[in-house]
Amino acid sequence: MDSVIEALPVYLDGFRLTLYLAAISGALSLVLGTVLAAFRVSPLRSLRLIGTLVVEVGRNTPLTLVFIFFVFILPGIGIILPLGTLPAIIALTVYTSAFVCEAVRSGINSVGIGQAEAARAIGLGSVQTLTLVVLPQALRTVVPPLINVLIALTKNTSVAAGFAVVELTATGRGLARDYPADVIWMLLGVAFFYLVITIPAGAIAGSIERRVVFSR
Amino acid sequence: MDDPIENRGGDPTAAGALGDVLVELRHVNKHFGQLHVLRDIDLEVGQGEVLVVIGPSGSGKSTLCRAINRLETIDSGTILIDGVPLPEEGKGLAKLRSDVGMVFQSFNLFAHKTVLDNVTLGPIKVRGVKREAARKQAMELLDRVGVADQAAKLPAQLSGGQQQRVAIARALAMHPKVMLFDEPTSALDPEMINEVLDVMVQLAGEGITMIVVTHEMGFARKAAHRVVFMADGQIVEQATPEEFFTNPRSERAKDFLSKILTH
Repeated sequence: MDSVIEALPVYLDGFRLTLYLAAISGALSLVLGTVLAAFRVSPLRSLRLIGTLVVEVGRNTPLTLVFIFFVFILPGIGIILPLGTLPAIIALTVYTSAFVCEAVRSGINSVGIGQAEAARAIGLGSVQTLTLVVLPQALRTVVPPLINVLIALTKNTSVAAGFAVVELTATGRGLARDYPADVIWMLLGVAFFYLVITIPAGAIAGSIERRVVFSR
Repeated sequence: MDDPIENRGGDPTAAGALGDVLVELRHVNKHFGQLHVLRDIDLEVGQGEVLVVIGPSGSGKSTLCRAINRLETIDSGTILIDGVPLPEEGKGLAKLRSDVGMVFQSFNLFAHKTVLDNVTLGPIKVRGVKREAARKQAMELLDRVGVADQAAKLPAQLSGGQQQRVAIARALAMHPKVMLFDEPTSALDPEMINEVLDVMVQLAGEGITMIVVTHEMGFARKAAHRVVFMADGQIVEQATPEEFFTNPRSERAKDFLSKILTH
């Protein structure tokens, strides 16, 4: 226990990086996932096709493979990404967007078709129909599944530990090595710092959910 | 199935009598899978005309109404609004829809927006009207349909009759060339039907071109210039309301009227 407190500054470095990965990838995934969902419900066949393709590849590929692709394969074929966190952020974003997309799409489908018809009937285009009428109403059903996705993302950032990013899990591994007598305490410390991110995320979701509620 | 289309000789109620043709359907066909819901429909609606479409359920009357602003696509034929064929998709279609008001059976007010915002959304986002001007116009329209005092509420807080009147105001806010009503009173409790019909009668009196799918005979008698009777995807008969209700020609129409008039 004492060694955990002693290692606190080290933990905090790892924690900061994990928080950074989760926040940036999370924000990018929300944007990209929503765009993909818009593609998947678009009247244009080609957009629907692109959306479906990206989602199926993203969600059906193990995250480690996505990392390998961006960290090793892309440089191998001459596309050099700057080292550090960028490949990790791209891999996490591509992977998570697929799940965000499906959560948002289920929300879109939960809004009655009459809402979109009424929007189109007053002359709104398909993008306006989506952004002004359908998505605001989809939000309320989408928040709980989206938070699941973001919590999963937070934990998935640990995959980056295997790709030279010293985030929380990599930090914990190092600490376990440095304090062999306190391995369990060190790993519990790691778990605690993940909870510091995920539990408030759940609480924030609850408050957003209450705020976007309105009766039909 | 193959009832001959009985058109009245001379056709005193033809669209031409009321001004230029505004809505024109030529040889319109549509299938839902095996079902032939619109069979070679020809119809003209004149400027300022109030046309009531009636018929048994499944006769295609709602589909006909929804096809006019392309909420339903058609398989063949042409639909012209003000001489212009319906665009396929995209900006042209959105533009056309902004000129065609639509009132739905289930109101379809935007559930997350206040009554006022429901009415101003189209003018602001489609027409580019300034917010203040849009609000002013919306309040006038809401006043006209008698729900101005509900402007700040959400749709779910209103009765069905009030919601439908807001929906009418929302459609009118776009200054449409023609208003489509798809069974506007069918989802209402009986005591609320008249407040909606009164507004519609008032609109008819103001010379707004209206195509109304309804079972409300009272409205048809009071406000319609012409009644079109549909069955099995065809226009079986058309006449003035007076003629149609007192002296229907086709067996299908007689049968239908006897069913809805005797309880």
